[in-house]
Amino acid sequence: MSIHPVMQRLADKLNRTDLPAFVAGDTVRVQVKIKEGDKERLQAFEGIVIARKNGAQGSFTIRKMSFGHGVERIFPFNSKVIDKIEKIRSAKVRRAKLFYLRGLRGKAARLKEVERA
Amino acid sequence: MSVTGILGKKIGMTQVFDEKGEVHPITVLQAGPCVITQLKTAAKDGYDAAQIGLVEFVKASKVTKPQAGHFAKNDVPPVRMIREVPVEIAAAGSEENGSVKAGDKILVDIFSDEKYVDIIGTSKGRGFSGVVRRHGFGGGPKSHGHMFQVQGSIGASSFPSRVLPGTRMPGHYGVDRVTVRNLRIRGIDLEENLIMIEGAVPGPRDGYVLISKAKAPPRERRGFAGSGTVDPLKASKKASSKKK
Repeated sequence: MSIHPVMQRLADKLNRTDLPAFVAGDTVRVQVKIKEGDKERLQAFEGIVIARKNGAQGSFTIRKMSFGHGVERIFPFNSKVIDKIEKIRSAKVRRAKLFYLRGLRGKAARLKEVERA
Repeated sequence: MSVTGILGKKIGMTQVFDEKGEVHPITVLQAGPCVITQLKTAAKDGYDAAQIGLVEFVKASKVTKPQAGHFAKNDVPPVRMIREVPVEIAAAGSEENGSVKAGDKILVDIFSDEKYVDIIGTSKGRGFSGVVRRHGFGGGPKSHGHMFQVQGSIGASSFPSRVLPGTRMPGHYGVDRVTVRNLRIRGIDLEENLIMIEGAVPGPRDGYVLISKAKAPPRERRGFAGSGTVDPLKASKKASSKKK
């Protein structure tokens, strides 16, 4: 089914185009805007992209190990809290959703790095 | 005097971010433009209302002669769909009284000062449906050789020896008139005649809906969007804890 022109125009207005392309398996650093009182500062959230979801506007999930505990954060692609995203490295993965990483710890949870443009 | 409703068409759903950065699901509706095809008055018809029609291209050959005559009476173009909506009567003596007349255009700007709307639509057709889908019955066990979506008993035996009226059974489901009240307005586009409504709206895409001002909008209360009121209990607790 084709998309309605009005919905297309609305999507074009909402979609962010300043974010780099990344896929599951990439390690990225997301600069998150945090509001404290009336001041705003940036906090980095660095980890592996374990899923990209396509929906009305889509979202992606980032997993990192923080002091021995796995932490996952889901960001909508068009979220206003994202200041910018830096891609740090890419890894060789054979599936689109890397949820199996949740069951792995330490050396077993590593991914093999590859160069990708 | 002002019209309280407008006819529209469902376009689709998406998400928007509010100023806090939170995501809300929205339905985009094409609202109008509409035209008043007839004005009913208490003096003549026993009640006040405006008959409005959705301005969309209609083939001249599709308009019946009685309809054509009705449109010609007030010199309005043929319209797709006609519904009656109540008119709000401004306080007596105000200048606005009597400012509405047949042939007037109605645009989405009637909702500019509103926070909530009620929407009437026709729900999606589901055909002949069983009781699980139609009435939310629990259904049977899923294994051990059972049937899943059956309703079980429909009543007792020798007394009353009949099925009580209104017993919920399978049958036609959907294509009903459904009203959803108090849907929050998330945006209005005056140029393109669009209105964005938070949440879902009955009916399929391209389905026609009647959008009207909320009949009983939620009360303004603590935590209500836009209200800066403070809970008196919490405020007094805060003050007493500061003293210590």
